[in-house]
Amino acid sequence: MLLTIRSLTKTFPGTTALDAVDFDLAAGEIHALLGENGAGKSTLIKCLTGAYSRDGGEISLEGRPISPRSTSKAQELGIGTVYQEVNLLANLTVAQNLTFGREPTRFGMVDARAQKRQAEAMLEGYGLDIDVSRNLAAYSVAVRQIIAIARAVALSGKVLILDEPTASLDAREVETLFDVVRGLRDRGLGIVFVSHFLDQVFALTDRVTVLRNGRRVASERTADLNRVRLIEHMLGHALEDEVIAHGKTHDAAAAQRPELLRFENFGRRGHVEPFDLAVGRGEVLGLAGLLGSGRTESAELLFGVVEAHSGAARDENGTFDLSSPRAAVAAGFGYAPEERKEDGIVADLSVRENIALALQAHRGWLRRLSGAEQARLANNYIARLDIRTFGPEQPVGELSGGNQQKVVLARWLAMNPRFLILDEPTRGIDVGAHAEILRLIQKVTAEGMSILIISSELDELIAVSDRVIVVRDRRHVAELTGREITSDTIVRAIAAPQAGRQNSGEEAA
Amino acid sequence: MTVLRRIAPQLVTLAALVALVTLFFPDFLRIEVVDGRFVGPVMDIAKRGAQVGLLTVGMTLVVATRGIDLSVGTVMAISGAVAAWAITHDVSLAGTLALALTAGAAAGLWNGCLVALVGIQPIVATLILMTSGRGIAQLITEGRILTFSNEGLAFLGSGDLLGIPVPALIWFAAALAIALLMRRTALGLLVEAVGVNRSASALAGVNAAVLLVAVYVASGLCAGLAGIVSAADIRGADANNAGLWLELDAILAVVIGGNSLLGGRFSIAASLIGALIIQTIDTGILLAGFPSEYNLVIKAALVLVILVLQSPNLAHQWRTVGRAARRRREGVPLSAKAQGQ
Repeated sequence: MLLTIRSLTKTFPGTTALDAVDFDLAAGEIHALLGENGAGKSTLIKCLTGAYSRDGGEISLEGRPISPRSTSKAQELGIGTVYQEVNLLANLTVAQNLTFGREPTRFGMVDARAQKRQAEAMLEGYGLDIDVSRNLAAYSVAVRQIIAIARAVALSGKVLILDEPTASLDAREVETLFDVVRGLRDRGLGIVFVSHFLDQVFALTDRVTVLRNGRRVASERTADLNRVRLIEHMLGHALEDEVIAHGKTHDAAAAQRPELLRFENFGRRGHVEPFDLAVGRGEVLGLAGLLGSGRTESAELLFGVVEAHSGAARDENGTFDLSSPRAAVAAGFGYAPEERKEDGIVADLSVRENIALALQAHRGWLRRLSGAEQARLANNYIARLDIRTFGPEQPVGELSGGNQQKVVLARWLAMNPRFLILDEPTRGIDVGAHAEILRLIQKVTAEGMSILIISSELDELIAVSDRVIVVRDRRHVAELTGREITSDTIVRAIAAPQAGRQNSGEEAA
Repeated sequence: MTVLRRIAPQLVTLAALVALVTLFFPDFLRIEVVDGRFVGPVMDIAKRGAQVGLLTVGMTLVVATRGIDLSVGTVMAISGAVAAWAITHDVSLAGTLALALTAGAAAGLWNGCLVALVGIQPIVATLILMTSGRGIAQLITEGRILTFSNEGLAFLGSGDLLGIPVPALIWFAAALAIALLMRRTALGLLVEAVGVNRSASALAGVNAAVLLVAVYVASGLCAGLAGIVSAADIRGADANNAGLWLELDAILAVVIGGNSLLGGRFSIAASLIGALIIQTIDTGILLAGFPSEYNLVIKAALVLVILVLQSPNLAHQWRTVGRAARRRREGVPLSAKAQGQ
């Protein structure tokens, strides 16, 4: 065994994050580490990379016990990590990033030519043909991901931990990344792969370890597992059926819904071409398309994040103003943006304050919600949405991704909006929270709220949507209803007439 | 209760500092009544600390939004000049105060617009007024020290009410008013939200731009008030020296108050104790009888010690040391028992 972990234990005030967890990693193996949010995956990785010091148990690398005290110590020992949000410096060149902290010097100055040579050597075998003297910012996330891997492998070279590496990649980029990872496995590295995408786990990994509530519940060869068994391990109870399966039935005779809103000729130059869109009461509208095709841009336009150049929004009382998020909120809109950390949560503030924020902003600064009212609101939604937190006073930044998403949803549900826009509400969160959020969408729409949901997971869109709008090249190109909503028709609408998107990394090169 | 826990480190620091000064100057805490006025080093600190204290109130809000206001010292000079000019041109006292405060608010509005609407970084935006403002003040005073003899205005700088110096009363009243405004309305929460994450707050419907402008206006108003107190104290407007470098003391007070320069959670009370700490150092060094050329060095050393003791890294170390000590204490009886057997 390359890496052996025995009885690893880590406690935090009020909770045991890891309870006597065992984990083995062989050389030349890709080992998936799975679990719901809060199951202990991140804690295990942080203990391994020295970000946390463990409270008990043993870690040994190649038979020697190790206790990394910092990430740089862990790197020296041979354990490298690549995170979802790439930890590189976008304003430096690729070569500077690759050699950062170990720049080749000549007469005490950085030797740029040696640096470039060294960087090119480090990237050899990764199938990248890029100019290492250009800024990292010039390349796509996928290319940056591979550069980060190259750096981690060069620095460490024994164990490579990939923490959600595919979360912001499209299908082709994922395939490129997988080729790289398989190549590294064949070179004898032990690779820990953390992901929420079960398909990717089956496609890539040799073995799977599942954590739940800080304990190891399963460790099996991937080939011996199937999807349902794996989800059972992760959720801890047999699923009645996967939520995907008991989604909408899409009868052709779907009830005609009364119209709630209508956007006419709504558009903005350079952002989204003008479109018409009618929203029914209690309807779920799906918005499908590739990244950068105009999905998020449409959502931003509808919520007034950017102002429309043309068109109007109309309800039964006539046209209304959508020129700013404040105006949109006043019109009964809500928006859970795609970038949860940057645009969703206010990390340093408490769960209570985050949930109360939109309502408070809407009431105005003079009509303050008292602490007791805020707490009542927060406790109500913590219970209703099953938000896992130590309590309403815990800073939101300390919660896991799925629970942060629930806090953002709670913020809007507290407003009781008539039209809620959800941009990738389930990205980067675990299977359990995923199912809960989809169930929540079904519940609130049954109560009459209308929802626009953007997702890159077609299964999810198909399961929840009454109608699917397909966007391509910043234009609304198709509208599918009833039986037309199948992954086949959506993919065809996205793809036609020519595959629009190029790999930006290749373009840059 | 939570407020007390928040300001506890600052209170402890202030107490330790007072103890230290008393060591050198035993009469430090003594307050006498002379001619119906309270007199003593503590009253002196309350009075002398008024200018930095007023600036600190506004600075705390600006810092909470992840900003900084370098112009406040200069704004003091402007508002002082405006006050002196108005009172010597036969404007009524109320009119004079209104004009001077308006000047402060206008300066804040300028800063706020540069930061919130134009999008200039706060340190650069306020640097513009910091450098140009003294010129404006000199234009108003025509390059002279503009003196006045209006007793009503002078009262604000050197008078007493119920035996307490008026500047101290102004300072505490302003701080109390703004602290209540922040915590009894939702402004405190909204300011903190914008400071932590402006884009998320704006998407939640918070009017972030207006809030930012308002915070700089508040800072300008506080500086305007401080400028009036400063001019009233010396019965004249000194465009070159009024409020000189006080913006740095105000920033320091905010930091000693434990407020993060990265914005977010803020405590006006803690900042004010920070201002008191700075003034206590200033006054204490003088009282302790050190030659005046040592003042700045001793002040710097004390500030360094305070900041090091308050640093989050060290707080972590303290906890570790505390845990180790506890373990050792709990461990000792066990091993003693083992030896006894």
